[in-house]
Amino acid sequence: MSRQQAQKVVVAIITAVAALVVIPIILVIAFIVIQGIGAISWEFLTTMPRNGMREGGIMPAILGTVLLTFGTFIACIPLAIGTAIYLAEYAGENRLTRWVRLAIVNLAGIPSIVYGLFGLGAFVLFMKLGTSIIAGSLTLGIMTLPVVISTAEEAILAVPQRFRVVSLSLGATRWQTIRHQVLPHALPGILTGVILGLSRAAGETAPLLFTVAAFYLPDLPASLFDQTMALPYHLYVISTQVPDMPVSIQYGTALVLLLFVLSLTLVAAIVRTRMRRRREW
Amino acid sequence: MKLLQRWKVVPDSDDSVIEQLRERLSNLRIRDVWEFFIERLIWLSGISMIVIVALIFLFLLREGSAAFLDIPLRQLFGRRWYPIEGIFGIWPLIVGSILVTAGAIAIAIPLGLITAIYIGEIAPDWQRDLLKPIIEVLAGIPSIVLGFLGWIALAPLIQRLGAPTGLTIFTGSLILAYMSLPTIISISEDALYAVPKSYRNGALAIGATQWQTIWRVVLPAARSGLVIAIMLGIGRAIGETMAVMLVTGNAANIPDLTPGLIFQPARTMTATIAAEMGEVAQGSLHYSVLFGIGIILFVITFAINSIASRLVGVQEAGQRQKRG
Amino acid sequence: MPMEPLLSIKNLYFTYEDEIEALRDISLDIYPHEVFVLFGPSRSGKTTLLRLLNRLSDLKAGCERQGLIEFKGKNIFDPDVVVSDLRRNISMVFALPSPLPGSIYDNLTYGLKMAGIRDTAVLEEQVEKSLQQAALWDEVKDRLHKSAFALSGGQQQRLCIARSLALEPEVILLDNPTSGLDPLSTSVVEDSLQELKQYYCIIMVPHSVQQAARVADRAGFMLDGELIEVERGAALFTRPRDQRTEDYITGRFG
Repeated sequence: MSRQQAQKVVVAIITAVAALVVIPIILVIAFIVIQGIGAISWEFLTTMPRNGMREGGIMPAILGTVLLTFGTFIACIPLAIGTAIYLAEYAGENRLTRWVRLAIVNLAGIPSIVYGLFGLGAFVLFMKLGTSIIAGSLTLGIMTLPVVISTAEEAILAVPQRFRVVSLSLGATRWQTIRHQVLPHALPGILTGVILGLSRAAGETAPLLFTVAAFYLPDLPASLFDQTMALPYHLYVISTQVPDMPVSIQYGTALVLLLFVLSLTLVAAIVRTRMRRRREW
Repeated sequence: MKLLQRWKVVPDSDDSVIEQLRERLSNLRIRDVWEFFIERLIWLSGISMIVIVALIFLFLLREGSAAFLDIPLRQLFGRRWYPIEGIFGIWPLIVGSILVTAGAIAIAIPLGLITAIYIGEIAPDWQRDLLKPIIEVLAGIPSIVLGFLGWIALAPLIQRLGAPTGLTIFTGSLILAYMSLPTIISISEDALYAVPKSYRNGALAIGATQWQTIWRVVLPAARSGLVIAIMLGIGRAIGETMAVMLVTGNAANIPDLTPGLIFQPARTMTATIAAEMGEVAQGSLHYSVLFGIGIILFVITFAINSIASRLVGVQEAGQRQKRG
Repeated sequence: MPMEPLLSIKNLYFTYEDEIEALRDISLDIYPHEVFVLFGPSRSGKTTLLRLLNRLSDLKAGCERQGLIEFKGKNIFDPDVVVSDLRRNISMVFALPSPLPGSIYDNLTYGLKMAGIRDTAVLEEQVEKSLQQAALWDEVKDRLHKSAFALSGGQQQRLCIARSLALEPEVILLDNPTSGLDPLSTSVVEDSLQELKQYYCIIMVPHSVQQAARVADRAGFMLDGELIEVERGAALFTRPRDQRTEDYITGRFG
């Protein structure tokens, strides 16, 4: 076999393997859409579950996930943006900075179930918040920090250095420069990171298990200190814990969750490209 | 009238100017305090990352240290997990995690590396623009959704292949492999991308084929980046919970060492915590052991990520030297 | 000279992080209402010296400095110096036109707003005054609220000069301000310098020896981080004392 033939064979194999990665992804999405689309109706999205969740809708789970996503947003934003500004604008090349970076890398690597344990130990028990929306939001918020920090830092660093120099040369202080010249231009990138982080958080189940999620609740949560149902946990419950569960509701729930998460990702992508187009420099 | 605080602070004779100056100075002072405050806050948020990691570890220790103190280590790492009778041997769970992770990595690494090579070296631009979002979508699919699919659709398929049950190590590994693919692909792609074009052109110029160039020149140059991709892939796979819990059968046995090993059920550390924490009494020994498993997971992933980031640091430093 | 110097540089040494010595033993006095030109081959330390004068040099980590720069008798490196005040008094215009994103008006009022001035009447007065001084008012008065990036290169650079003038500084540092400009825009900028020196002290790194000769009241020739000689413009460019200065002016190197 000549070298040219070998080259052709190898390229064919590589192409085939890449197809083996990509095609199942498309199949999975298509499969869930096809199986789940039939279950989705206005009623499914807006009513309470009935008959041991075997009939009716999944409204409380959707609401719970929306609430938790919002809570996560509130919990992670201040620390995440603060840390990103610290790393991009203030941190020198020293041991402390290396430690902070190492901590963030490790936060990103901690398994989600361990976050669940931490949330249980710290928020539910130690801070006596109980299994509640607030405990769940704090847990998810901390879990989401690394994603948001790294995208936000990147966005801040992408702001041209000359804007900083010009601003400083006009007598602006360091913080004024960040506030008026850096953050406004980094905002789209930061927003992209935040939404991306939230989309991850919205799909998580393990951190919710012991901090917030309820198997079934007849009523909607009345305050932040109540438990709530949530889409990912609900999918887990109805696919393994409830006998004689209609498959269509399972697929329908999976589809709603998937759409919720992927639409957040899509929003992030749109924000990124639109803001980029508006840029004048 | 001068608008701004002048450099020289020799008092002017004009009273109104001095008044204005004083007013401006006090404004400036308020601003200075505000800036001092906000810059401290920013510094504190940075530091808080270290504090949070420490707190996570401390809270795990607080709830879980009893497992290591009250149970003799030999028993704790024993071969039987039977919590109802108070037997907490976590060895089967560790073996379960290792097997599922090893299987996942064995599948994900060739797939991930080759896909990265395809995207980075072979695919035309339009395919690259199509493939990258698709892989991002894969990263975005919640693990519970993949677990659900594995449980309801993949497991029956595998059972039809002749396994006694569809809920096996292999099923778990397969799902986990796809879940760690986005991590492995994106990091290896970065590593390949970082190999200078001149290396490639040099090899091509002396008559190497594209494949020879990739195999002999590009891959070795990207080696350390690829190692990191693999390590982080392992980190991601070992910590995954929901999907694994749904599809591996959750049998806390050490599988027999037979050729059919991978078609036996197993139970991972993560799935054990998720499945049993809801049923244990807070403060009981069982409760502590579950936290103890959390400590082990924390330590494993901490080690993997610390080593990987150290390697990245070394690599970046190396690149900087090259450029300088 | 009988006058008190405005800026007085005393035995200044400066070294970058990579230990390359950028400035060696610079001593120089600069007086009010003069156009002082610092010229010499590239990498001779002109820009480094300019950036030290309003401490933009602080932005680079790991540098070392010895010696003093006194502005009105006070060392600008003293710990009690408020750097933002210093930079308002000694203002920099960069080599390339560098508008900030936003409108022309935003650019002109940025420094004043950061200094805490909010009074719209004052801001508008300063906008008009500084644009007049920079010979830009007639061209942009109808589109003050349009993006600064829509201006031509020459207009952008004059906007940047006006932006510094709006702060009513005492010293204006011009780092090769005409490098990106066509000859016509260059002569507009050069002409406005002659007007500006009635109000300000101007320190400039020129685009060429010819430009240096055209605009300089006094000039200093720099080579490899040293200040070789300082003389009145007319004298320096016609009868340099140092052989190296003569070689450079007559184009034998650089």
